[in-house]
Order: sequence, then structure tokens, then C-alpha cells
Amino acid sequence: MDFSHTEEQQMLQESVQKFVQKSYDFDTRNQIIASEKGYSEENWQLFAELGWLTVPFDEEDGGFGGSVVDLIVMMEEFGKAMLVEPFTPTTVIGGGLISALGSAEQKAELLPKIMEGTLQLACAYAEAGSRYNLASTKTSAELKGDSVTLNGSKIAVLNGSNAQKILVVARESGAETAREGVSVFIVDTEAAGVSIRAYTNVDGKKAAEISLQDVTVAASARLGAAGAALTALEAVIDRATVCASAEAVGAMESLLQKTVEYSKIRKQFGTAIGTFQALQHRMADMFIECQLARSIVIRAAMKLDSAEEAVEKAKAVSAAKSRVGKAIRKVGQEAIQIHGGIGMTEELDVGHLFKRITALDLMFGNGDYHTERFAAL
Amino acid sequence: MVNGSKTWNTYGQYADWIFCLVRTDNSVKKQEGISFLLIDMKSPGITLKPIVLLDGHAEVNEVFFDDVRVPVNNLIGEENKGWTYAKVLLTHERTNISGVPRGKRRLAALKKTAGETADGFGSNMMENAMFRHKLAEIEIELQALEYSELRTLAALSVGKAPGPESSILKIVGTELAQKMDELFVELAGYNCLPFVPEQFEDGFQGEPIGPGNSAAAALTYFNNRKLSIFGGSNEIQRNIISKAVLGL
Repeated sequence: MDFSHTEEQQMLQESVQKFVQKSYDFDTRNQIIASEKGYSEENWQLFAELGWLTVPFDEEDGGFGGSVVDLIVMMEEFGKAMLVEPFTPTTVIGGGLISALGSAEQKAELLPKIMEGTLQLACAYAEAGSRYNLASTKTSAELKGDSVTLNGSKIAVLNGSNAQKILVVARESGAETAREGVSVFIVDTEAAGVSIRAYTNVDGKKAAEISLQDVTVAASARLGAAGAALTALEAVIDRATVCASAEAVGAMESLLQKTVEYSKIRKQFGTAIGTFQALQHRMADMFIECQLARSIVIRAAMKLDSAEEAVEKAKAVSAAKSRVGKAIRKVGQEAIQIHGGIGMTEELDVGHLFKRITALDLMFGNGDYHTERFAAL
Repeated sequence: MVNGSKTWNTYGQYADWIFCLVRTDNSVKKQEGISFLLIDMKSPGITLKPIVLLDGHAEVNEVFFDDVRVPVNNLIGEENKGWTYAKVLLTHERTNISGVPRGKRRLAALKKTAGETADGFGSNMMENAMFRHKLAEIEIELQALEYSELRTLAALSVGKAPGPESSILKIVGTELAQKMDELFVELAGYNCLPFVPEQFEDGFQGEPIGPGNSAAAALTYFNNRKLSIFGGSNEIQRNIISKAVLGL
């Protein structure tokens, strides 16, 4: 098997690396997080110019026609730098849903704006009682004539406070956890009845709680057929799950490298702690975890790019997220432990990498959830 | 006259007095030239620099001593015996850190929270087999730890100081607490992602994000990584066991 990067992948990787080196050091990142929007609009425009925002989209829609393997190459570099710009919610999830479900008109209207960097999206799927089950949707959508009224509350909406449009997952029919009856609607954040409570996540990304009170949209704001969005939603979130896993792989790699470096400098009892065999073995284990995580994420990306059955793809995604979750806890905790007190301070990037991977561990379902999903599929 | 600095000083910003290990003799072995001093925090020459940790809270400090005058009367015990006193205090600290009663309370809270946490499939997390399995493992470990602690206390009650075995309590107690932190994070799921440390400070007036204390779960998980670092790191405790107990 050939795992080497294609020329295009190499260019993408170098392009992200160059940007991070030039414009995304730790202090700059902290300033971006502290800013009102919590991401840099200037960076976003640059991403558009560099073509990064076109990567997941089909060539016929004006995109780069990138594979999932192309995406994980970028995501890994984003993870190393702990990027906070909303690439996943806008392009991978928002853009992914429009690509998968949207009509020709919807695609023509929205996809170019995403790729130009002039449209920010969020997707509201999670609810207080849904945990990670995408079918579990209480938010209701009631069709009256040619308009739809939405009611309900959503949590953990990534990029919710900066999006101009939110893709709201709502139930048109069926019981709370039924697979049928789930639709996705494009809702303007300015629409009457939409209230948004913004906050910053532990890993520096912006998110929001969103409540919808008698929000009325045209029936044409629905993506795809009525009540039939779940399969596509799951496939898009699966793709985002592989992206999050790749992001974690990058961040873990960074943690490992920083930990090894620190162990060569930090002295205890007059010698560098990196010379202690007890710690050497633990760093060797961290390395093993990073490598296994990387392998299973590549496997998942290749499966998604393949022509295999949908169930095999879903299993590969859950396998990756489950295994990466295990690595996240091990690598994150050991990195802090080996750094000691300094690793726990806000001042050092190590703790922030730990927080980023902890958030990624929960994103789109934690390890146990995906282990159970793997077993059930 | 005291000069120098200390770090990782917990809640020094609220302290009136500080116990301090200070070097009083440079000519002897490292451990022998240390004395135990009690210093008034209001003394001229003391400054504090708070250190913000991952949970956004300034829990520890750097403390700087710049020509701080301390009356000789404030010496605790004998001069140059500070290390001996400190070691005794640290064995008690270790025994205390194991936190069995706190562990039991937290285990009960975990069970209660699990029962209240929807699993997304129409049931709750207390009915989730994988989660119940993890809770059971914690409960069993806690029982083993409790009886190890009781055995240590039995030795204390007949006048023996806690020996190097107290390292067991420190290692197991802290790692168990950290395991429980992970389970609280697991239960909270997305609800522990918002970073809103101010909603856990006294006097917070706003509307909290997320149900109950769920938004605190990640902050506690981050903060409690300190447990295996402080009070003599768990690596140091394992060194103590291998040297002092196993004679390696």
C-alpha cells in the first residue's frame, strides 16, 4: 500500500504549515480567542484566497474536489496549531450538508459564498437530551402551507454565534428518536424568534446555545426531502468525526514533541528527567499511541474515500474515534504529568493542547459511544 | 533575613501567615541545612504573583521574599531540622490526599448524575452497560483503598507514624479521583465544553450554561491533574516505595 502524500496533499500541508509559522503563534492565537468574534476574519479571507475553503467541495460545484485524505492532511496541521477558525462547522459540516442534500438552486446560492469566505455556517443538531444520537431530535418543524414553523432548543452549536445561517436539525414527524422524520432547515440567524447565547469552549473555539421560538421559514429552506435527512446528516457528521480525529492526531503529535523536548531540559536530582527510564517508557508509550491513532484515522479516511458499503464506512469512523479517544486521554494526561506544575498553567501551550484534545474527545461522540456504535453496526 | 522565592503556593493570596522551609546552613548536606520558619505575610518585602491554571482560576502563587525580616522567635522547633519536620508533615499530607470519604461522596454523585443523564436512546446513562462497568471498577478500587487506609490508620492509633506505605494511599487515591473526574466529563458530554469559569466563583449572578454542575466537569478534570503532581508527584511516591519499602 502506498501511504505517501500526493503532490497536491504535500502542497496543502506546506501551505497550512507556512501560514501557521508566519501568522499563528501561541500569543497571536490567544489574542484571536480574546477578540469579540473569537476567530480572525482576516485569516478566514486568507484561507479563501489560499483555496483551503474549496477543498471538500466537488469540482462541478466549483470546488477542489478533495478527498477525505486531503482533508485530514489539513486538519492535522490545524490541530498542531490549535486553530480556532471555524473550518469544520462552515465547510465540512455546513457545506457538506448543502452538497449532500441541497437542490441545484441552494447549492448555486450558498456554495460559492462558502468558498469565497463570505458565508459562515453552523449546524444545530445536539439537544439537552440527545447526547450523541443524531436521530434524537425534539425540536419540531411544523409545515403550514408553504412555510415551516420551528420550535426547540439546541446546545453545543459550533460557530453558532458567528454564522449568518444555521442549519437546524428538526423533526417533522415520528417519535423523539425515530430515524424517519428528521429534516434540516436553513435558518437566518437574524430571523425573528432565534436567540443565541454565545460562549467560548474550553479549547478556544466559539459555540452557542440556540433557542427557536416560533421561527418561520419558507418550506423551500428545507435541505432535501421532508423527513429524510438523517442518513446524509450521519454521513456528514462521520466525515467531520474523521476531521476531528485528525485534528487530535496533530495536537497529540505536538504534545509528544513538546514533552520529549521538555524532558531533555528539565532537571531533577541534578539530571534531565528524560534520562529516567520510568519516564522514557511512558514517552515511548505516548509515541505508540500517536502512531496507532494516526494509522486508524488514515484507515477511516481511506474507507470514506472508497466505494465500500455505507456500514463499513460508518464502522471505520467509529473505530477511529474510539481508538483516538483512548490515545487522547493517555497522551494528554501523560504530557501534563511529565511537565509537572508548569504543564497546568495557562501560560504554557501544553495545557491548551490538552484542553483541545479533551474537547475533541467529546466532539461527535466520545470513545464509549463509538465503541458501542462499532459493536452495534 | 529571608531572601528567595517559592512557587505553587496554594491560596497564598488569602493567607495571613506562611510556613516556610528556608536554608540556614550552606556548609552541610542539602537536607541538613534547612529550617522551618513561620512568616507574617504582611511583612515588608513579600510579594505575590498569582499563577492562573487551566481552569481559569488563580489557585496558586509565586511568593517572593526580598530582605524579609523575621523574628528569631518564629523558628519552629530546632534550627536546621526543617527537612525532618517537613517529611513528617508530607506523610500526613499523603494520607490525607487519598480522600476516601470524598471519593465515596463523588461516587454517589456520579451514580445520581448518571441516572439523570439521557443516553440519547430513550434511557439514561445508569442503564448503560459500559458506564456501569466503569462505575463498578471505581467502587471496587475505592473499597481496596479504604481498607488500605484503615490499616495505615490502625498503625497510627498505636503510635506509629505513617510509613512509606502512605505513598500507596497518595498514588491510588489521586489516580482514582482523576478517574472519577473523567467519568464526570463523560457524563456531562457537550455540557462541559463551555469555558465559563466565572459561573463557579462566589457571587455569580448570571444564568449558568448547562444543567447543574455539568459545565464544571471539564474544569475539575483539568484542575485535578494536579493531584498526581503535588504532595510529592506520583513518580516520587513510586520511588519511595521502590527504595524504602522494596529496598531496590
